[in-house]
Amino acid sequence: MLSWDFLALQPALPEVFLALSTMALLMLGVFRGDGHTRILSWFAVLVLGLTLLLVLDGIGGTQRAFGGIFIVDAFAQYMKVLALIGSSFAVVMSLGYIEREKIARFEYPILFLFATLGMMMMISANDLIALYLGLELQSLSLYVIAAFRRDSTRSTEAGLKYFVLGALSSGMLLYGASMVYGFAGTTGFDRLAAVLDAGAAPVGLIVGLVFVVSGLAFKVAAVPFHMWTPDVYEGAPTPVTAFFAVAPKVAAMALFVRVMIDPFGALITQWQQIIVFISIASMVLAAFAAIDQRNIKRLMAYSSIGHVGYMLIGLAVGTEEGISGLIIYLTIYVFMNVGTFACILCMRSHGRMVEGIDDLAGLGRTNAPMAAVLTAFMFSMTGIPPVAGFFGKFFIFRAAINAEMYTLAVIGVLSSVVAAFYYLRIVKVMYFDEPAERFDRPIGREMSLILVGTGLFIVFFFPFISPLLTGAGVAARSLFVG
Amino acid sequence: MSDWPLLSLTIFLPLVGAGFILTIRGDAEIVARNARYAALWTSLITFVLSLAIWANFDTSTAGFQFVEKANWIPAYNISYHLGVDGISVFFVLLSTFLTPLCIISSWQAIQDRVKEYMIAFLVLETLMVGMFCALDFLLFYVFFEGVLIPMFLIIGIWGGSRRVYSAFKFFLFTLTGSVLLLLALLAIYFEAGTTDVPTLMKTVFPRTMQLWLWLAFFASFAVKVPMWPFHTWLPDAHTEAPTAGSVILAAVLLKMGAYGYLRFSIPMLPQASAYFTPLIFSLSVIAIIYTSLVALAQDDMKKLIAYSSVAHMGFVTIGIFTFNVQGIEGAIILMLSHGVVSAALFLCVGVLYDREHSRDISHYGGLVHRMPKYAVVFAVFMLAAVGLPGTSGFVGEFLALVGAYQANTLVALLATTGVVLGAAYMLWLYRRVFYGRRIRDHLKEIVDLDKREIAVFAPLVALVLWIGIYPAPFLDAIHASVVGLIDQYEAANAIKAATGPARP
Repeated sequence: MLSWDFLALQPALPEVFLALSTMALLMLGVFRGDGHTRILSWFAVLVLGLTLLLVLDGIGGTQRAFGGIFIVDAFAQYMKVLALIGSSFAVVMSLGYIEREKIARFEYPILFLFATLGMMMMISANDLIALYLGLELQSLSLYVIAAFRRDSTRSTEAGLKYFVLGALSSGMLLYGASMVYGFAGTTGFDRLAAVLDAGAAPVGLIVGLVFVVSGLAFKVAAVPFHMWTPDVYEGAPTPVTAFFAVAPKVAAMALFVRVMIDPFGALITQWQQIIVFISIASMVLAAFAAIDQRNIKRLMAYSSIGHVGYMLIGLAVGTEEGISGLIIYLTIYVFMNVGTFACILCMRSHGRMVEGIDDLAGLGRTNAPMAAVLTAFMFSMTGIPPVAGFFGKFFIFRAAINAEMYTLAVIGVLSSVVAAFYYLRIVKVMYFDEPAERFDRPIGREMSLILVGTGLFIVFFFPFISPLLTGAGVAARSLFVG
Repeated sequence: MSDWPLLSLTIFLPLVGAGFILTIRGDAEIVARNARYAALWTSLITFVLSLAIWANFDTSTAGFQFVEKANWIPAYNISYHLGVDGISVFFVLLSTFLTPLCIISSWQAIQDRVKEYMIAFLVLETLMVGMFCALDFLLFYVFFEGVLIPMFLIIGIWGGSRRVYSAFKFFLFTLTGSVLLLLALLAIYFEAGTTDVPTLMKTVFPRTMQLWLWLAFFASFAVKVPMWPFHTWLPDAHTEAPTAGSVILAAVLLKMGAYGYLRFSIPMLPQASAYFTPLIFSLSVIAIIYTSLVALAQDDMKKLIAYSSVAHMGFVTIGIFTFNVQGIEGAIILMLSHGVVSAALFLCVGVLYDREHSRDISHYGGLVHRMPKYAVVFAVFMLAAVGLPGTSGFVGEFLALVGAYQANTLVALLATTGVVLGAAYMLWLYRRVFYGRRIRDHLKEIVDLDKREIAVFAPLVALVLWIGIYPAPFLDAIHASVVGLIDQYEAANAIKAATGPARP
């Protein structure tokens, strides 16, 4: 009689729930048709919310399932919560958009759910194969969503470009994984860690590691693997871009951290220099390349590349403190980006979406609350206290200084000054320039709620610092105790 | 009274007022009027509160008073820690004193987006006062850099024709310095394990580390002061900012840099401060002479005053780095005096600008015939800027130069030439604007000061004369803290002299 105990499904309960509900919703969609997309979307949010509760309810300590290829620890819990929040925001923000743009097909929320499921698998991956499965589930859903406006050449181009380049990076990742397997004889993270701790790593394994890092750098959009980001961000429908900027970034970053710290933690001297390089390259390139952008979605693409650079400082440091800084940064990043994209989604004039930075001209007069909120986000992204973004940078740089990586820290802060220029340009356009066309109003109740909520979180961040720090600390610690 | 969290109240009351103004809705005219009155009353109450601080201030101790301490980020040993001593108390008062004056002076000059303007000023007040009260390095940094946000908006929205360029220049210059200060802060934090300022003052950092930290501090404070050659943002920002913006910029924001030296560089990094004194002296002397000469060549009144600010701050930095009682007390008095005088001079230029919409010196001439009251007021501040005995400028400059003479005769000699040059450009400015046989034709209709403007200038004139004639109440309050600072500096350098290499 076959025993099912080895599956140990209990830790994976949120994922199981999400998968089953998604399939149920898929069937509902198939039978009811496109007319019910709105209801389906709200169901999707409900499912995400319930999954969130299940994640929070998860058992303490570190648990494994599916014979050890799936791990749940505080780090996974934290990241899953973040990814689920990001996904829920993205689904809610899409509601009005897909109806207005007449792309309200029932697959839309379903694909979001499948992508989220993939992310949760990625976050909990404890084996190179599990990692790849989660990653592909996520990526394939994202390729389709990017091209969801199939009548628009820009959107299809974005989807196709994302697919081709994404497939390439997946290929690299897989190739790297196979080399690692070849030289270490295992794909499980626990076993890999044990093997690497035990002795010197063969050169082939290092080569494999480099390929794995390249693949992961592609997924988080770090320089020099960032080329797809501006085009995909610009071409994809705006709520999809918002989704790309938030949830997959969380998942990919979580995956990146886990792979580097858990199985390859012993090789830190080998990969540290790579991470330092891509971190510096991301920060500097994004700061300079964004200056000349005219399209706000492209600008946000470069901005996200820059932010990834800062987060990678935390990873490059490789200590518990660095990871905890990275987690805090990522949390703030999620809320800043959700808010900013909510603003971008409100940029409609005469019923059409506009994306030029100049279209924001005079927003301080035509729509003062939205301008104020967007200003707060821009200062937060720059990293000016007392808004939240500063504290993200503070904890990251603190870790870098404590690890005595002064050059990295100095380059980081100086590139943040360069980056300040293009964030300030948005503030300048909104407040210093004469008003252009007004945007359509009203912006919708769910949009207002998102704007006010994220805005308040960013501006009045003071009281959240301590609890957030505790949460991030617990999450980071769980990675290091193994 | 003394159990009240007086400092927190003073800091956050303007913010509450700003929040209240935010909720004002309705007709544009009514909103503007209500916003003005709400801002005025908030800032006046704040000023009264800060007077209570002075009234209860104990002049006999060098320690921090009105201390408040609460956990903020306990896991990282960072707290919400406030307190004032003799060095900071007058800067708090200066900020709260000038904000209502700024609001009154903008009563008619600002007609566009009044609500936002008043909110920006009240937020700015919160940040300024908070910065002078903060006794936690991170808290200080939050206020210190947070000032950039409202100031950027004030210059950019309500400024002159080149406001965008000036606002960006101001922001990016200051930010560059500040981020390096942030790294220094983190390094200090790493070394000492705390960001608590009183604790850090007692911590002795290794000499090499001190030198690096000092340079990082310097990057930030020198831009803020501003010292030559980091001053180029200042003429632009001053010229383009609205009158009240220039006032705050000159009167309070410039003091943040000098305050930074007094509060952080000298007590925390005494050995490095001694080592870098020649650098400070050289830059200050260059600043005094060079910017005075540049001021002579200006056609724009605001620019002239802006350059004179750089020169005056040169005296301040010299005074601070003399490390003797006269020098440092002189520097502090000079900062207060400059805070009042430069604010008043910018307000004076604002008076003319409101009437004629020109800041060109050549636009004016013979004003004394039509505006006698204005000419008197301007004369008082002009002479205070020159340093005439009996005005506040004299006390500060004299003490600073006495201090400098003890520390370095050559520096004192060169700096004194700056006093002469200062008299030259100021008197020449006055001659060109006010004198002349008869008033120029297009100025025939210009009117003298009205009641509102007199209400703005009267307290400033009184303060200038008060500090000039009877500075004792100010010096007494400062004295204990300055002596404490110098003792600490000398003790630290004596340890070094006993154990380390000789002083350079």
